[in-house]
Amino acid sequence: MSETFQEQRSYIEMNARQRARQLLDPGTFHELLGPFDRVESVWLPKQDIVPQSDDGCVVAKGTIDGEPAVVIAMEGKFQGGSIGEVVGMKMAMAFHLARKDNEKGIPTRAVLSLESGGVRLQEANIGELVIAEIYSELVALRKHMPVVVVIAGNTGCFGGMSLAAGLSSYVIMTRQARLSMNGPEVIEQEAGLEEIVASDKPFVWSMCGGAQRYETGAADVLVEDDADEITNAVKELFRKGQPKVQRTDQYELYIKRIAAMDTSKQWMPEDIRKVWKEIAQ
Amino acid sequence: MSECKTAKRGRAWFEALTGKDGKMPDGPGSLMVAEAALGNEPAIFVGLAPDPNSRFPRARNAEVGLEEGFYGTRALRQVMAEDADKPVKRPIISVVDSICQAYGRREELVGIHIAAAAIIAAFAEARMAGHPVIALIVGRAVSGSFLTLCAQANHMIAFDDPEVLIHAMYQDAAARITKRTVEELNKLAEEIVPMAYDIRSFNKLGGLYRLMQVANPDAPCPQTLAEVKDALIQAIADARQSSRDDLFDRLETEGAKTYRAQSIKVRDMMIEQWNQA
Amino acid sequence: METMNFEYPASTEVPKRACVGVVASGDLEVLLQPSKDSKSRVTIQTSVLGFKDTWKSVMDWFFGQYTDAADIVIHDAGATPGTVVLRLQQAVEESRS
Repeated sequence: MSETFQEQRSYIEMNARQRARQLLDPGTFHELLGPFDRVESVWLPKQDIVPQSDDGCVVAKGTIDGEPAVVIAMEGKFQGGSIGEVVGMKMAMAFHLARKDNEKGIPTRAVLSLESGGVRLQEANIGELVIAEIYSELVALRKHMPVVVVIAGNTGCFGGMSLAAGLSSYVIMTRQARLSMNGPEVIEQEAGLEEIVASDKPFVWSMCGGAQRYETGAADVLVEDDADEITNAVKELFRKGQPKVQRTDQYELYIKRIAAMDTSKQWMPEDIRKVWKEIAQ
Repeated sequence: MSECKTAKRGRAWFEALTGKDGKMPDGPGSLMVAEAALGNEPAIFVGLAPDPNSRFPRARNAEVGLEEGFYGTRALRQVMAEDADKPVKRPIISVVDSICQAYGRREELVGIHIAAAAIIAAFAEARMAGHPVIALIVGRAVSGSFLTLCAQANHMIAFDDPEVLIHAMYQDAAARITKRTVEELNKLAEEIVPMAYDIRSFNKLGGLYRLMQVANPDAPCPQTLAEVKDALIQAIADARQSSRDDLFDRLETEGAKTYRAQSIKVRDMMIEQWNQA
Repeated sequence: METMNFEYPASTEVPKRACVGVVASGDLEVLLQPSKDSKSRVTIQTSVLGFKDTWKSVMDWFFGQYTDAADIVIHDAGATPGTVVLRLQQAVEESRS
């Protein structure tokens, strides 16, 4: 038996602050706009909803593998990990400031730990505007330095933040996590049962769970729910540097693949795996 | 405000602005792309229109679907490549009347989030490369349609008209999810401006460059068309004058000072604390 | 949503500030930091209406044993009194760690 054996610690069970601390090198966690700054949603109390002091998002500076870094961790349990004004703006500014540092010659890394149901409907249109600002900064930052997304927990990653995952350089997922633009309930509601039966959990996970996303190239690394394994995966990706091609630059490959699919019938997850394997580039 | 989920204006305005149908040789029938003169220079126009014959049954009503995202990206990337070495980049005008993103199993299996991200990255990088990117919102721009087709623009111009709709979610769905009635949502929207569904309320948030009165938004007449072109030309000139490479000028507006005070506070505190850390 | 405030005399100092918990169904967030005088103040925002008496008795009990001069903010999403006490104790523990 190895002497270095350590008990596996769950990343999913950690809250956002613990996750940010976990992903940064030990002792380097320095939170920005922390809970004691009390920059909370001004829109939730007007609707009789109790706010959270960090609006469900922890931003912390520190180092990863000894290099300057910022981690943005969402708290999926607060308001379903929804993107409101404050959480969104914290994220946009973290990317913005990391980009500015990169432009100044300080090679700053950014990790985004996502748990998100999408835009916060109580702050709807401000959420939409802020999400656009997040995308703009993410795209500007990834030119200088890979942006790594971690999707681990049961909240999953839906709506606006699924697009942020699409824009990122690398996506790390657990089997428990889901990544999808529209949630299964919304698809069932809008498009009917012939598209998705939202209560069929095994099917939902087979469609957008971490394993399928990894097999079909929407996620780059599949990990166990192990805090150290996830931390190491993040470090490895930064050591690797930029991806050969950004996922959003693979449109020709996607065009080829969807052209080859028969849209006259409904698809199963294995249909995608098969065609993706046949048309690999 | 009508909840009717159709998008009829996109094609009318695209064809009026370009004089072309915008059909790409091997692209989907929903996607329109064409070059046309705007003022004294060529500009690229892109837009979506309903295509009842789409291969993808969930993307027949001018939704942003897989083909719209990936083929739209290809078209934009081609424009960027053609202009890469040119000192003056062609403006890109996104003519928007799109009801939302496509909801379907095929879409999620392929990864519509990647198709949407691809076209967002293309618009954003075109803007950062110096192409003036202007969104002309003539009808629907809900949820994914707003994020993909409008929001990365230097400037957004919307028609001041009850059929123009920018929102995170249609009201019937928002009512279901927040467990409220449509009446309750309307009442809330009177106080909570970001939840309102009318375009004038959206304009209060400071994100739009201009809210434009138009005489006949359903069927462009010569005079209205001339006014819209003038507005686009002005927006292009303003975009070229700006040295910004981000979207934060939307926080400098009077609307943002009133309704996004918390955004401004977060921005300022983040800058201060980042530099201290 | 209901907001309430309580105040208690205090004698000792809070070593450092602490933040525990999440505003999620059945849970609460507790922020604890040193107060500027020899009093403790608690501000509670809760999503559940009509339990002011219960909150008062939980706080009376807690401040019967806790003597640090703290400003405490509670954001509650319907936690039971047991969970409230647990989170308060965690906050105290963190403030002394």
